[in-house]
Amino acid sequence: MRWIWIDKFIEFTPRTSATAVKNVSLAEEHLHDLYPDFPIMPHSLIVEGMAQTAGILVGEARNFSEKVILAKIGRATFHRLVRPGDTLYYFARISQLNEAGASIEGVVRAGPDSSSPLVAEIELMFSHIDKNLAGAAFPEHNFVFTDQFRDLLKTYRSGAEIPL
Amino acid sequence: MPMSRDEIYAKVQGVLVDALGVDAEEVTPKATLREDLGAESIDFLDIVFRLEKAFTVDPAKPFKIPRGELFPDDLPALMNDERYVNDGKITPEGLAELKKRMPFSDFTEFDKNPSMETASSLLTVDTVVNYMQSKIGR
Repeated sequence: MRWIWIDKFIEFTPRTSATAVKNVSLAEEHLHDLYPDFPIMPHSLIVEGMAQTAGILVGEARNFSEKVILAKIGRATFHRLVRPGDTLYYFARISQLNEAGASIEGVVRAGPDSSSPLVAEIELMFSHIDKNLAGAAFPEHNFVFTDQFRDLLKTYRSGAEIPL
Repeated sequence: MPMSRDEIYAKVQGVLVDALGVDAEEVTPKATLREDLGAESIDFLDIVFRLEKAFTVDPAKPFKIPRGELFPDDLPALMNDERYVNDGKITPEGLAELKKRMPFSDFTEFDKNPSMETASSLLTVDTVVNYMQSKIGR
C-alpha cells in the first residue's frame, strides 16, 4: 500500500490555498479496522489527508527546497462519520508562512461546495526542519517530497486528458 | 492602533490558551512558558504565528514578528560557546549577551544565580506582553 491519502488536486493557488479530493472505497482495508460490520474512514487518516494537501501547498511555496514536516495539530474537530462511497474535499488555506514554517486552516467537506456537509475542521502547523532543529543532521535529499507527492501536483498542472 | 497593557495582556492570554491548550487561569504574568505552561520547542513558532494573527488589524498590513526577536533561536549555539558558559555556569559575558538578546525578560531573580538550568525561567507570560507592548503599546 502507498502512503498517500489524497487522489488528486482540483485547485491549487500557490502560497494561498489548495483543494484535494479523496474517494473513499469499501475496498480499502483500513475502513474495516475500527468497528466490525460498520466501515468508516478513521479520523486520523482524515487528518493525514489534510496534512498531505496542506504539506504540498506549503512545500510548493518554497519550491520544495525545504523539508516540510507536520509539527503540530492545533485543532481537529469532527462533525460526521465518513463512509464508503463518500468523496472528501480537503480545503487547505495558508494562514501564516515564514522561513521557519507555516500554519494552515483546513476544512473537510463531503462535497465540493461551501454548503456541502461539514466533515472536519483541522488546524495544522508545519515546520521547515532544517531551520528549526539546529545541530540535528538530516539527509541532504528532500525525503519529504517524494516523486509520489510531486506527481500529484504535476498531474493537476498538466490538466490534460491522457489519450488512449 | 496603540493598545493598553491590559488589552495586550488579554490577547496574549488568548493566544497562549489556544497554542498550549492551558486554562486561562494558568496564564499568569509570572508563569514560565516552558515549566508552568508546558511549551515545547515547536510551540514557540506556533505562539509567534498566533500573535501575528491576533495582532493584525489590517490584513493588507499584517503584523510580523522578525525571526529571533521575541524568542531568540540561536541560544543553543550561544550556550555551547565556552566564553558564555563555563562548567554549567553562565559567565558575565554570557549574561551580557543574554540580556542583549532577551531585552523583554526580567533578569532580577536570574541575576542572583545565572545558570543554564534556570535559563528557561526567563521566558514568561510577561516577556511576551512586554514585547507586544514595545511594538504596539501606548
